[in-house]
Amino acid sequence: MTSPLQIGFIPLIDAAALIVAVDKGFAAAEGLDVTLVREVSWSNVRDKLNIGLFDAAHLLAPVAIASSLGLGHVKVPIAAPFNLGLNGNAITVSPSLHAAITAEIDGDRFDPMVTALALSRVVATRRRSGAEPLTFGMTFPFSTHNYQLRFWMAAGGVDPDEDVRLVVLPPPYMVDSLTGGQIDAFCVGAPWNSLAVDIGVGHILHFVSDILERAAEKVLAVRQNWSEKNPQVVAALIRAAFRAAEFIEQPQNRGEAAHILAHPERIGVDAEIIERTLDGRLKISPDGTVRESSRYLLVGPEAARPDPVHAAWLYAQMVRWGQTSFSPEALQTAKAVFRPDLYDSALGSEGKTAAAPDMIGAFTGPAFDADDIGGHLAAFAIKHRKP
Amino acid sequence: MGAESSPKIVIVDESPIRAAILEEGLREAGFTGVVHISEMQSLLTRIYALDPDVILIDLENPSRDVLEQMFQVSRAVRRPIAMFVDQSDSASIQASVDAGVSAYIVDGLKKERIKPILDLCISRFNAFSKLQDELDRTKSALEDRKVIDRAKGILMKLKGMTEDEAYVLLRSTAMREKKKIGEIAQSILTASELLK
Repeated sequence: MTSPLQIGFIPLIDAAALIVAVDKGFAAAEGLDVTLVREVSWSNVRDKLNIGLFDAAHLLAPVAIASSLGLGHVKVPIAAPFNLGLNGNAITVSPSLHAAITAEIDGDRFDPMVTALALSRVVATRRRSGAEPLTFGMTFPFSTHNYQLRFWMAAGGVDPDEDVRLVVLPPPYMVDSLTGGQIDAFCVGAPWNSLAVDIGVGHILHFVSDILERAAEKVLAVRQNWSEKNPQVVAALIRAAFRAAEFIEQPQNRGEAAHILAHPERIGVDAEIIERTLDGRLKISPDGTVRESSRYLLVGPEAARPDPVHAAWLYAQMVRWGQTSFSPEALQTAKAVFRPDLYDSALGSEGKTAAAPDMIGAFTGPAFDADDIGGHLAAFAIKHRKP
Repeated sequence: MGAESSPKIVIVDESPIRAAILEEGLREAGFTGVVHISEMQSLLTRIYALDPDVILIDLENPSRDVLEQMFQVSRAVRRPIAMFVDQSDSASIQASVDAGVSAYIVDGLKKERIKPILDLCISRFNAFSKLQDELDRTKSALEDRKVIDRAKGILMKLKGMTEDEAYVLLRSTAMREKKKIGEIAQSILTASELLK
């Protein structure tokens, strides 16, 4: 056994591989003695990882990059050798906003361009009538949720900084705020969208996999200098998470995985909701309409290998929305956060997955080019790049 | 410290007792402009309206992520706000995270002016957790006490023992089984419940 490890996580379903790795014994089988620590905010996870109270953490992929670049906070280089999840977020809207968008829809309601254009008409109507701008909740400034919402609405001509309000809300407050009318919509991970639908206060408008086919969502993050000092431990962690990802991927194990994750000390929601989420089978309307997607949330082995192109895409969004200005050095730093090399050296040929040609697969705009971010961003009309 | 030079401090804490302890400490130290926010609805709007120089928030509060939004360039923000603890000050970060509190300050406020506020905050937070621990221990001791009294009553009735004899039996059983007296007493209560 190695020395005990403290690993932080936020109670979300994309922490599945980490939680199952520990609670199903894959970590112990690798000689690891892991204590999982449930946290209440991404700021806490980031700070406790940064100062060494945590050895590793379930972390928003953009936070790993922001931390390595010193954006918004202390600069601490992070290494992400394993993707805990791709996709998994959804955009949920209040019944009244859902009705307003539905009335403006012209085409396939699952096509994000169709809904973005409908949203843009709703926003225009509200402006003419002098109504307050719509408010959208998301989980963190450096989050996929923030970038996915922005990417979607900007495609329809809605400026996320001028035409609507985007506010950070902790996921456990999202459903209440939607019920109370403080927000009109939110983008958040599982299980919160399903909870809003189950109690009848929200409609799932989009799975974010409608917007981007594959987007890095949560990573297993370690401090870069810690990973250099503890290569064996990092490799063992990667293998344990991979075994857990393989376990969850098997349909016959989903029930057991959901049961493990449902524990009050872990995610603490109904096992049935967790199983539906892992299956990509979600109730999207209070009337019981169910939508299935095999790409809704990817937490299996095919999602596990970190791809620096995903890191570059996230960095490009930081540039697009003025969180930082572009520099080739920063782009290199961002890409180097994602560590397929560590992943490959831990798993060998076993961990290799077939790479799709466009690793992002956005519903609009040119295919992402990690080597020409300036050129790529030029293709988008709405942006707020730093001067 | 004169009123005009006293920075405006906002405490974001859902625990009214801890906030009161902290607020009192800050006032005693001469920081007069202290406001406590316990309601997390519209947190940012309230903070912008108060326009504080320093914000203190407990780490058990999920709304910490809401505060991170203040760093973002946005029309809503009148002044940039930065995390107090800078890179050279990892001891301060460590101490405040250990104590369970985090601080944010308006950019430009001098570090030496903030240091006493954070130190006070850390010591008050630590004092509060100590109090909380003591309270928890006292509560569980009281619980044990009740359970032991009831178990003694059962033994006295069933075995015709005096109170002292009943207690001696509980204690010797606990020692033999390497358990707490409270646990032995609880198992007697459970057993008598089952055998009713």
